[in-house]
Amino acid sequence: MNLKPTLSSRGHTWFDALAGQACSLDTGLPSVRVADGELNREITRFIAVVPDPNNRFARARSGEVGVDEGWQLALQVRRAITADRDCRRRSIIAIVDISSQAYGSNEELLGIHLACAAAADAFASARLAGHPVIAFLVGKAMSGAFLAHGYQANRIIALDSPEVLVQAMSKESAARVTRLSVSDLEQLGRQIVPMAYDIESFARLGLLRTIIRHIDADRPTSHDVARVRGELTDAIGDARASAANLSSRLASEEARQTRAASIEVRRRLAEQWDAA
Amino acid sequence: MMIRQSFIEMNARERAAALLDPASFRELLGPFERIKSPWLPLQGIVAQADDGVVLGRGLIDGRSAFVASIEGAFQGGSMGEVSGAKIAAALELARRDCERGRPILPLLLFETGGVRLQEANLGLAAIAEIHAGIIAVREFVPVVGVVAGVVGCFGGMSLAAALCTRLIVTRQARLAMNGPEVIEQEAGIGELDAADRALIWKLMGGEQRYATGFADDLVDDDAAAIATAVRWAVAMGVEAEPRSRQISQYMARLAAIDAQHPPTPVALRRLWQTDPVA
Repeated sequence: MNLKPTLSSRGHTWFDALAGQACSLDTGLPSVRVADGELNREITRFIAVVPDPNNRFARARSGEVGVDEGWQLALQVRRAITADRDCRRRSIIAIVDISSQAYGSNEELLGIHLACAAAADAFASARLAGHPVIAFLVGKAMSGAFLAHGYQANRIIALDSPEVLVQAMSKESAARVTRLSVSDLEQLGRQIVPMAYDIESFARLGLLRTIIRHIDADRPTSHDVARVRGELTDAIGDARASAANLSSRLASEEARQTRAASIEVRRRLAEQWDAA
Repeated sequence: MMIRQSFIEMNARERAAALLDPASFRELLGPFERIKSPWLPLQGIVAQADDGVVLGRGLIDGRSAFVASIEGAFQGGSMGEVSGAKIAAALELARRDCERGRPILPLLLFETGGVRLQEANLGLAAIAEIHAGIIAVREFVPVVGVVAGVVGCFGGMSLAAALCTRLIVTRQARLAMNGPEVIEQEAGIGELDAADRALIWKLMGGEQRYATGFADDLVDDDAAAIATAVRWAVAMGVEAEPRSRQISQYMARLAAIDAQHPPTPVALRRLWQTDPVA
């Protein structure tokens, strides 16, 4: 049986373009690709979750984060932390093209919530240990899968593409839970910025560092790849020069507008925290 | 004989006060502050003055603590921008205090369906910040979580529960990443019948979660018993290798699972029984 991934995806495309094959690490899990490549002449760990039609868990064959993927992400990030304990902390790039976490009763039984928490924990720990962690959105960044793979990053950057989507839940599930139709939800997304799925709306929340425009997301040219490498390098430099927490997500002009309530809560809570 | 007082029947504010030392609860950003959701009124939904999270400071066994108690009766305990920011901000301030040598114990009372879909991406972002906050403060002090019921703990907040140093559940608690309705919607009724309540409790009920090591304590629906469990959890202190860092153990456990013939919930209890020596 050929376990080499055969499904094409943005995750594969950008992993290959940025990391190359030569430095790939064998994770033993085809759905999690890891390589120690190079960016700006520095060792950089690239990590992508990709489809694996032979995944032993049926609900994790299309690039979802399942139980195996969550723990594998945790392992691969923690190995970088351990390796760099006494030297310059390498950057970690999470290439994000994930439709969702795996939805299944086996997944719940086996604790997918903990597997995804372990991945989030590892990325956050890497960030706190001084590794610049960059989430690079090339496709879907959905729901709990994004919490596991990318949302703990120091900086988030994204390609400008209609297929790059960020949201808490698929339209179909959100419709069922809210008892609205999909078209009603789409209409709401045009009025209520956080309910939209597209990357331009996400950028208005102030959570994103950069949208990289005019790139062929499916067949990037060498010029496209060079531009992305430049943006990643800039984001890494920015992360190295800033606090290891997520405070940059509240500092942008967009955040001051759209996340004004998040800022106000923090300001007023700090005032009351130590009052008698 | 002490009369048992149901914890589940309490609202979020009563729960918060019940678990702190008597008369030590001091609410922060309370309803009179009127920091409400800016997004719900745009959708014709009445906002609540505390946005469904009761935040307060107080004492646990005489030690400085804060409690964040989610009100399951408001919008299913869902995390919106404000409710999520209240929890994240408290965790951030606790970390700051810990760094300054003034440890403060975080106590999180989960009763939440996860992201509030009317605030969608801002709820998800706040949940990521809650995760970051728990991970950052957990180095200094134990973060204690409680899932009591009736709502349970779902979505991104199930990851927050998993990140707690110690997690206390009751038999009325449910803990899962994907709620039954979402699994049925995404994977079909053949994967999971959301109406099959018995199966759902076997999969994600508090007793199962405790028996398979996803929770540290199983207590009765009794405010005094839960308060005692919280003190026990605090006394255990910081964990060098919390559950979310036990990578080799969980990978070995999963490697032994046959995905084609997965164990039943009962069989998994035997396989993953919490080993006190481990």
